[in-house]
Amino acid sequence: MSETPKIRLRGLRKAFGEKQVLDGVDLEVRARHSMVLLGGSGSGKSVTVKCILGLIPPDEGVIEIDGQDVAKLSRRDRAALLDRTGMLFQNGALFDSLPVWENVCFKLLAQRRITRRAARDRAAEVLAQVGLAASVGDLSPAELSGGMQKRVALARAIAAQPDIIFFDEPTTGLDPIMGAVIDGLIVDCVERLGATAFSITHDMASARRIGDDAAMIHKGRIVWTGSAEALGHTGHPMVDQFANGSREGPIQMELRR
Amino acid sequence: MTRALDLLALIGRGAFATLATAGQVAIFALVGLSHLLRPPFHARQFWRHFAEIAYFSLPVVALTALFTGMVLALQSHTGFSRFGAETALPSLVVLSITRELGPVLAGLMVAGRIGAAMAAEIGTMRVTDQIDALTTLSTDPMRYLVVPRLLAGTLALPPLVLVADILGVLGGFLIATLQLGFVPQGYLDATWDVLETMDVVSGLVKAAVFGFLIALMGCWCGYTSRGGAQGVGQATTRAVVAASILILAFDYVLTAAFFKQ
Ligand SMILES: Nc1ncnc2c1ncn2[C@@H]1O[C@H](COP(=O)(O)OP(=O)(O)OP(=O)(O)O)[C@@H](O)[C@H]1O
Ligand SMILES: [Mg+2]
Repeated sequence: MSETPKIRLRGLRKAFGEKQVLDGVDLEVRARHSMVLLGGSGSGKSVTVKCILGLIPPDEGVIEIDGQDVAKLSRRDRAALLDRTGMLFQNGALFDSLPVWENVCFKLLAQRRITRRAARDRAAEVLAQVGLAASVGDLSPAELSGGMQKRVALARAIAAQPDIIFFDEPTTGLDPIMGAVIDGLIVDCVERLGATAFSITHDMASARRIGDDAAMIHKGRIVWTGSAEALGHTGHPMVDQFANGSREGPIQMELRR
Repeated sequence: MTRALDLLALIGRGAFATLATAGQVAIFALVGLSHLLRPPFHARQFWRHFAEIAYFSLPVVALTALFTGMVLALQSHTGFSRFGAETALPSLVVLSITRELGPVLAGLMVAGRIGAAMAAEIGTMRVTDQIDALTTLSTDPMRYLVVPRLLAGTLALPPLVLVADILGVLGGFLIATLQLGFVPQGYLDATWDVLETMDVVSGLVKAAVFGFLIALMGCWCGYTSRGGAQGVGQATTRAVVAASILILAFDYVLTAAFFKQ
C-alpha cells in the first residue's frame, strides 16, 4: 500500500439545498485496480463520481488524483487529466444529433488523434468489443434499444483507451450474458491496458467479477471498504444485507423510521 | 403603509433579480465571444446552424415580408388618399421595410423558430447529462455548443433580412401597381430616389444584433435549464419571450443611435 492511490477522496461534502448528499466521503482507489462502489438508490454514488470528474463542485473536501489536489490544477492540467479519463454515464448521455460511430469516436476526433475516415473503422472495432455489429455505427442513438445505447455509451467511454475509467452502472439494463461480456471487457481494460476502473453497480455477481476492491456508501459516508470477493460474507451487517438483498437488517430499520 | 412598502420591496427584489440575470447573461456572452479568438473552432457545427437559420427560415421570413409589404401599401394608401398624399406611398413602403419591419419581423419569426429550437436542444442535452459528457470527451461545451450558434445567428440574419427587404418592397410594388393604379416604372423610380445606403445598412446591422440576441437567449436558457422535460419546456418559452423583448428593446436603442437628429 505504499504506492500513491490513483484517486483519493478526503472529507468530500456536497449538499443540494437542504439535502446533505455527501457527508464526508473518504475513499482510496488503487492504481491499475478496479474499485466497485455500492450503495442504495439515491445514496450519492453518481454525485461522488461527478465530483471526482469536476462536473459538480464539492462544498468541502479534497480530491487527489495521482497525489495531486485537482482543485489546485491549472486549466490546462485539468483538461489534460480529463483527456486521460473515460466516463460511462448512468443514462448513456449519447449525443442524439450524431450517428453512433461519431459518438464512439468523439473523443479521438476531438483530440485530433484520428481522421474522420479512420474513425468509422475504429468505431466498428470498438463496437465489436461491446458485441455490436459494425452496421450499428450508421444508426442514430434514438434508433437503438436501451441495452444497445448502454453498450454504445460504454464503447464511447473506452474508445480513447483512457487511464482512469468511471462506469456508472455498466450492466444495468443488459441481459445476463451480455452483462458478463461487458464485465469481461471492464476487467480487460484494467488487466491489459493497465487502466484504473471505478464502477458503480447494484449487481453483486457483476461486482464480484469486476472488482478488486469494494466500498459501500450509506447516508453520504463510506461505511465499509474491503475486498470485492468478500461481498456477501463480509461480517459487516449493512454490507451483507445489501449484498444478499435481504429485507431484514440495519438498512431496513432506518427506512421504516 | 406596510402594503406599499411590501410592494416596493417586491419591485426592488424583482429589479435586483433581473439585474443579476442580465449580468450572468452578459458574462455568458463574453465567455462565448472570448472563445472566438482561440482555436479549436467547430466549423461543422457552425455550418449546420447557419444553414438552419439562413436557409430553412427563408420560407417563413419571405412570406412574412411579402404580406407585410402588401398590407403596408394597402393601409397607407387608404390613409394617404385622405390627404392627397398617395405619391408618398413608395417611400413609406421602402423605408419602413428596410429600416424597421424587415429586421424586426424577420427577427421575431427567427426567434420563434430558432431561439426555441436552440433552447430545446441544449436544454435536453443539459438534463440528459450530454453537456457533462462533452466535458469528459475533451470538448469544451461552451466552445462546441454555444460559440457556433452565436456566430451562426449573427451572420445568418443579415442575408435573411436582405431577402426580406426585397420581398417586402416587392409586396408593396405588386399591390400598388396591380390594385392601386401606380405606374410600375414610376413606383420603382420613387423607391430608388428615396432609398439611401444607410437605410439598408442600419437594417442589416440591426439584423446581426438580433441574430446574436436570439442565439444568446436560446443558448443561455437551454444551458441553465434543469429538471427534465418540464424544465426544457420552460427554457424554450423563456428563450422566445426574452429574445422577442430584447429585439424590440434593442430596435429602439439602435434606431435612436442610427437616426439621431
Ligand atoms: N443536480 C442535482 N440537483 C439536486 N439534487 C441532486 C442533483 N443530483 C443529485 N441530486 C440528489 O442527490 C442524491 C444522490 O443522487 P445520485 O444520483 O448520486 O444517487 P445514486 O447513488 O447514483 O442513485 P442511483 O443508484 O439511483 O443512481 C439524490 O437524492 C438526488 O436527489
Ligand atoms: Mg446513480
